[in-house]
Amino acid sequence: MDRIDRRGFLECMAWAGTGVLWTAAGGALSSRMIAPASAAENTAGSFAFVQISDTHVGFKGEANSDATATLQQVVDRINAMPSRPAFVLHTGDQTHGQKAGAFDTVAQVLKGVKTERIFYAPGEHDVFLDGGKEYLGRYGSGTVGGNGWQSFDYKGTHFVGLVNVLKYKGEGMGSLGEGQIEWLEKDVAGRSSSTPIVVFTHVPLWSVYPPWGWVTEDAERALGYLRRFGSVTVLNGHIHQVLKKVEGNITFHTAMSTAFPQPAPGSADSPGAMKIPEAQARRMLGTCDITYVPGKHPLALVDSPLA
Amino acid sequence: MNDRRKRESLALVVTAAVLTIALAAVTRAPAATGTAAVGIKNFKFSPPALTVPVGATVTWTNQDEDPHTITSATGAFTSTGLSHDETFTQTFRARGTYQYFCALHPQMRATVLVK
Repeated sequence: MDRIDRRGFLECMAWAGTGVLWTAAGGALSSRMIAPASAAENTAGSFAFVQISDTHVGFKGEANSDATATLQQVVDRINAMPSRPAFVLHTGDQTHGQKAGAFDTVAQVLKGVKTERIFYAPGEHDVFLDGGKEYLGRYGSGTVGGNGWQSFDYKGTHFVGLVNVLKYKGEGMGSLGEGQIEWLEKDVAGRSSSTPIVVFTHVPLWSVYPPWGWVTEDAERALGYLRRFGSVTVLNGHIHQVLKKVEGNITFHTAMSTAFPQPAPGSADSPGAMKIPEAQARRMLGTCDITYVPGKHPLALVDSPLA
Repeated sequence: MNDRRKRESLALVVTAAVLTIALAAVTRAPAATGTAAVGIKNFKFSPPALTVPVGATVTWTNQDEDPHTITSATGAFTSTGLSHDETFTQTFRARGTYQYFCALHPQMRATVLVK
């Protein structure tokens, strides 16, 4: 076994709608023409799950006249997959500005997903009005101290859901907070370094673009407890576009929104929703299917646009 | 007094006169001693620094599609999430510098100076 295999490198594939397949391995990023994702269903111990993000139900604007309809399309796509995902991760901003009734609409649509369970991490749109009261009232049960953060194991992979939007005030960035970081340290302390780790949260855990608040101020401390693991995948949303970064054994992957795309970091005056023709926009919205195949590359990520 | 100073003094007197007329026009409404508007566009408060007299009422209007809030840095006041074209008003009854930001986009910061 060579060094890279032993450490369990990551191969990430993102179909960003342009027909290009991005492959990131050991810190090197390369692209080639799109190829079908490897069939994982026949490999013992393998599993697949789906990430959806930034559904922004309640958004209505030039970029998307009906965010509930695009969410429904995503649900239909998930249900049309050849095999059911083990579970679904929603990485936040279920609602657009926490409008009355939006959480109910999201819950109603997601009830139709054919999967065992949906895990959630909050976005700032879900908590800013009431400090997370409504969100935690709905999704806090079963999380650590009812605070929204959580961990679970699935077929040997350890999943950690973090909350980095509850202290999202005044400093212009996301934050995990002392209590959560201390919990994370204990949560992973006893685990073997060969355990694959998947972290899911809302705001990126690396400094994507601080002027737009696309950064978590104390992420580095949290990541410090994860660096000894051979395979760490961080899944987040918030910035409404596919973005990847590989740092040692940690791969950061940002998912598309199901509602509207946002401009590339610093490429526009503001991070406001991009107004582009609907047919084109559909290629910039979608889901992320993630497959874990034991003994091979730990995780394969395929971002699927709506059109 | 040199010419420049004279011009400045004159400008001040004219400004004060206009302000007095403006104040006189609204004094019938008790408590209101002035109004000002702040626009929110492209993730920016405009003007970013607003100066108003004590008792002035400031109205913010969100011109973006994204929701924004007007949230005091000290907790003195806060709006809910304003949708496109929605407004928030706040009356300032005490002198001071009021810093505020958008709770959804905390990089958006501005101040109201009440004199």
